[in-house]
Amino acid sequence: MTEASSPRITLKPPVPTPAAGGTPLATSGAAVLIETSKLSLYYGRSQALKEISFQIREKLVTAFIGPSGCGKSTLLRCFNRMNDLIDNVRLEGTVHIAGHDINSRGVDVIELRKRVGMVFQRSNPFPKSIYENIAYALRLQGIKSRSEVGGIVESSLRGAALWDEVKDRLHTSALGLSGGQQQRLCIARAIAIRPEIILMDEPASALDPIATAKIEELILDLKKEFTIVIVTHNMQQAARISDSTAFFYMGELIEYDRTARIFTSPACKQTEDYVTGRFG
Amino acid sequence: MNAKLSQSFKTRSFDLASFFFTGLTGLATFLIVATLGVILLNVLINGWSGLSFRFILGGTEKDMFDVNHAGVLPMIIGTAARVLIMTIFVIPVGVITAIYLTEYAHPTSIVTRVTRGAVNNLAGVPSIVFGLFGLGFFINFIGQHMDEGISKLAAVVKRLAVVLPTFVSDWLNAILPSQSAEPLWGKPAILWASLTLAVMTLPVVIIATEESLRAIPQGMREASLALGATKLETIVRIVLPQALPGIMTGGILAVSRAAGEVAPILFTGAAYYMADLPKSLHDQFMDLGYHVYVLSTQSPNIDKTKPILYATVVVLLLLTFALNIVAILIRARMRKKLRAL
Repeated sequence: MTEASSPRITLKPPVPTPAAGGTPLATSGAAVLIETSKLSLYYGRSQALKEISFQIREKLVTAFIGPSGCGKSTLLRCFNRMNDLIDNVRLEGTVHIAGHDINSRGVDVIELRKRVGMVFQRSNPFPKSIYENIAYALRLQGIKSRSEVGGIVESSLRGAALWDEVKDRLHTSALGLSGGQQQRLCIARAIAIRPEIILMDEPASALDPIATAKIEELILDLKKEFTIVIVTHNMQQAARISDSTAFFYMGELIEYDRTARIFTSPACKQTEDYVTGRFG
Repeated sequence: MNAKLSQSFKTRSFDLASFFFTGLTGLATFLIVATLGVILLNVLINGWSGLSFRFILGGTEKDMFDVNHAGVLPMIIGTAARVLIMTIFVIPVGVITAIYLTEYAHPTSIVTRVTRGAVNNLAGVPSIVFGLFGLGFFINFIGQHMDEGISKLAAVVKRLAVVLPTFVSDWLNAILPSQSAEPLWGKPAILWASLTLAVMTLPVVIIATEESLRAIPQGMREASLALGATKLETIVRIVLPQALPGIMTGGILAVSRAAGEVAPILFTGAAYYMADLPKSLHDQFMDLGYHVYVLSTQSPNIDKTKPILYATVVVLLLLTFALNIVAILIRARMRKKLRAL
């Protein structure tokens, strides 16, 4: 990834590690970037998240695993407030990103989403050209000069390992790309605006094994610059790419630890059963 | 070969129910097509002798009921103009309403349900009712109040103009309307006819736009919002461009419905005869559909008028088709562009 001349939004220094109730995480060194405290979320009357308190550290890949409906995607969508779009959602508790309570009154959700990017389960390129898909994201930032946009389009596509495949057809429709290419374009679009955090909601679940391998390789590469939180159904994927893993069940955070520990000697019986495939 | 297997593929006995139903559906289809064919053929055969370059490109100064003098160019222009003016009003209002209903309004709130119910009911109102509404609301209410406002304003200006040099106040007196002047806006006019038609076709545009907006995957909106776009940016840059072909479909339906309507313009702007073409929005106009009505009811000699009556119908049909084809071509180009990009 070549460093383009894009504006880098710097966040305030992260808050010092609080003592509060999260599961201890041995991945030391990196600073805390996301911290939830007693976070509960309700869809109408049904509770989707139950008092989740934990911390996600900077420049690591954190994987959320758990059976369908366990709340992992819902939690992910709390970090860029995509749940705002759904009616009847009620939140309790707090989410701090780099020390800011993102649900407090003064927070500009537009600015938040520029700093916390997202890649969705179903790749969703706009029905525009490959170039325009990324240029759209840049124009939202007020980056309009042709040369600057062109430079960032190239660097983002390189960053998403897509440049060599599309450099000769930048101005053709993004819908003509294969599923894996479309998803990498969505990643390129997300990294083009230089967020600090990239949320990935099962980014490879609709892709074939080769495309999945490319995405995984890309995630390991992106880790150098971005903090990545990924929801996945694929145990091997979580084991391969993540530094720490959180296991959710029925809206509760069951266990959160270094990935190696989760997959070799988890503390909870439930976690062990899930990662070894005995349930879920 | 296995005897049992070969037996199971034997032709079944004649299926009467299936044959009957196939025949019934075929007959129904044929009847529709045949009816359309008979109408078109009838119109063409009867109208052929009345059609000529003179008829299409001429005015109707001398005798509008005589084959040798009649012409429909003023009506063609009047009809095309009122449809175009209507489109200018109905598309923005309809699209904005549909955007509110699908993108902003709470889907099950009372406001949304009432609005949607109103739109659906509006679609079922007979067109003559729209005509009366246009007369009562646009002409008698808005138009007359505009006239009153203008004359009051003119009176004030004239009174103030006394302090100005005489040649200025004389000039102002000459150009400004006097208190007892004829109504300018409070009478039938092409603007009011077009607005009445716009109100009538509003549901078509709203419903078509709503459907095309709802057909756009939620993932598109989420993708844009997740990049830090505002809701407005998302609607203008991502949602609307994808909805354009659907909006065009609504426009096409509105145009083809409005082009042939007579009832809404009866009291709001159509003229029996005008020597000149409409020059401004407050002029009346001659209209093809209304002219058909005039030719068929007011002619002193029905047999002599018949060819031009049918020829006028041919022209009306052709004009409607032409307006439709233009809109369909534009939509096809939009779709192609959307797919290519």
